[in-house]
Amino acid sequence: MAEIALHNVVKNYGKLEVVHGINLNIEHNEFVVLVGPSGCGKSTTLRMIAGLEEISDGTISIGSEIVNELPPRKRNISMVFQNYALYPHMSVRDNLGFGLKIAKQAPDVIEERVREAADVLGLGDLMDRTPAELSGGQRQRVAMGRAIVRNPQAFLFDEPLSNLDAKLRVQMRTEIKKLHQKVKTTVVYVTHDQVEAMTLADRIVVMKDGYIEQVGSPMEVFNHPVNTFVASFIGSPPMNLIPGAIDGDNIRFSDGAHISVPTRLKDKVRNGQEIIFGFRPDDLTPVGHGINESGQQAPMKLVITLAELLGTETILYTQIAGQEILGKMFDPRDIHPGEELNMNLSLDKAHLFDGATGKSVRLD
Amino acid sequence: MSNIAKGVPFWRKEQFTPFILLSPAILTLMFVVLLPLLFSLYTSFTGYRLIRPESLYDWVGFRNYERIFSNKNFWIAFGRTILFLTIALNVEFILGLGIALLINRITWGQRTLRTFMMFPMMFSPILVGYQFKFIFNDNIGILNNALQALGLSDGAIPWLVDKYLAMFSILFAEIWMSTSVFAILLLAGLFAMPRDPLEAAKVDGCNAWQVFRHITLPFIMPFAFIAMTIRSLDVARAYDIVDVMTGGGPAGRTELLWTLIARVGYDNSRMGQANAMAYVSILLSILFTYYFFTKLLAARKYMGGAE
Repeated sequence: MAEIALHNVVKNYGKLEVVHGINLNIEHNEFVVLVGPSGCGKSTTLRMIAGLEEISDGTISIGSEIVNELPPRKRNISMVFQNYALYPHMSVRDNLGFGLKIAKQAPDVIEERVREAADVLGLGDLMDRTPAELSGGQRQRVAMGRAIVRNPQAFLFDEPLSNLDAKLRVQMRTEIKKLHQKVKTTVVYVTHDQVEAMTLADRIVVMKDGYIEQVGSPMEVFNHPVNTFVASFIGSPPMNLIPGAIDGDNIRFSDGAHISVPTRLKDKVRNGQEIIFGFRPDDLTPVGHGINESGQQAPMKLVITLAELLGTETILYTQIAGQEILGKMFDPRDIHPGEELNMNLSLDKAHLFDGATGKSVRLD
Repeated sequence: MSNIAKGVPFWRKEQFTPFILLSPAILTLMFVVLLPLLFSLYTSFTGYRLIRPESLYDWVGFRNYERIFSNKNFWIAFGRTILFLTIALNVEFILGLGIALLINRITWGQRTLRTFMMFPMMFSPILVGYQFKFIFNDNIGILNNALQALGLSDGAIPWLVDKYLAMFSILFAEIWMSTSVFAILLLAGLFAMPRDPLEAAKVDGCNAWQVFRHITLPFIMPFAFIAMTIRSLDVARAYDIVDVMTGGGPAGRTELLWTLIARVGYDNSRMGQANAMAYVSILLSILFTYYFFTKLLAARKYMGGAE
């Protein structure tokens, strides 16, 4: 159990720099999720923390010790791999106890710790099987068990759920969350799935192209994205983004349509500024079918081109300024394609990003 | 049409079709393998001598077997073959493993090296024998020449004459020729090895040696057992290299099972006795093959569906 600190960490492969001097402090017992599209450097960062990749520049410390030069075995961390990485020639019991055996623990200590871990993860009946005889979910559980028996300073998860089917993924996600509540430890978790990030994290680190875009709690990242990338990456379905320009008190879109500037952001923009207007589908709702219908609203009539039923809500596809826009209907009724609806766009929760930099104008 | 009423002849019934279709293969195997096998088994119970064909009908029961079992030279050759096999397989395994591990680390020129590595296998064992006979020759061999030129030895070392050195020389030639069998199969194993368990082991606290000992080695052992199965059959029938290099000499000190069998069968023309020895030595081969095959099956079990 320890904090992990990354200070100006850089990773080069030859001349190619893939991680560009990132800084991150992970607190004691914190569950931090690194999330981003593939190739954003999140796995590389995790592997540098584990010691499986060399750190080209900067420092990483675990606890109070700088670990740059320490081999993985001396860092006292556990890692769960995407492909489980179980030892194929060992039984589940031996897989779980391997780390302790290497650490030369007494056999009765190993046995007890392995049994404890097996109990936590419900592996009791599988102890004598080999990995080849286990299902994907069971292998994943063994991989996690192998991580917890050693009682490490930190757990590192490298996309642990991406090889499981959808149902099992949701189930294992819950188990990981429960496990973290039971076994309080620092966790660094890498995923490309923003839902996993939202549900698991104490803090989310959004990465793109080797840079950290935003660090914050799931609600912060969801409600106050710092730029268009974070805005479109976090949340499903993604945020609607429409380019436009400030024209007095209005935002004017390319087709001439306009909408009021949200009052809370009025003094953050200047007349004529190119901006990107962003709002979540949840905030564009048919009148009487929204979740926040008080506050500043922009009423509009929109033609629905497609409706996707999800049961508790329906996702509505429509067009604004010649662009496909998603809205939502809570407490839904049947919608026919081509139907025109009176809709409200809640401006209190809308976002404005600078058209040139993509940065949220809130930060200026 | 009338035979439909009477029933078709048995060889046209459906259940006989597979046997009829297989009959060319069955007949060929019978004439080429089974008959000679039975014939040689029969002769091992006769006093058959090549120079007296009529002795083929001279049934002697188990006398040939009794003789070879009480023959000291046979047992010495038998033991020497097992020793030869054990040393050759172990040294080849260790050297092959070393080569495979080194080549596995190379990123540039790996294919070329792999091809180079296979060169010794491309030569006929007889030629390899002649080559090493020349290298190890005590008067004109380049080895002694080199040793003397370097001042490491002042006399002519009798590589092919001394009891132990002769055995060593033959082993050296055998190992030179066949280490690449192990190297290639073990390299294939290393290529097939997933990288994740290696990294997991590193994180689990293993140093490089422990990773090798606990993860890599168990994974490539099935490949080693395949190589051992192949090579145990190969070495157990070793004849050509020995015959060319020492002819089983000096004074029978490098006599292996098959050089002894050939001498008894062709030089002494006691074919019956030679065949009895051959049957005993085939049992040895079967035993080794069976042993390695069981090891292989046991080692392969866990590899079934593992990812």
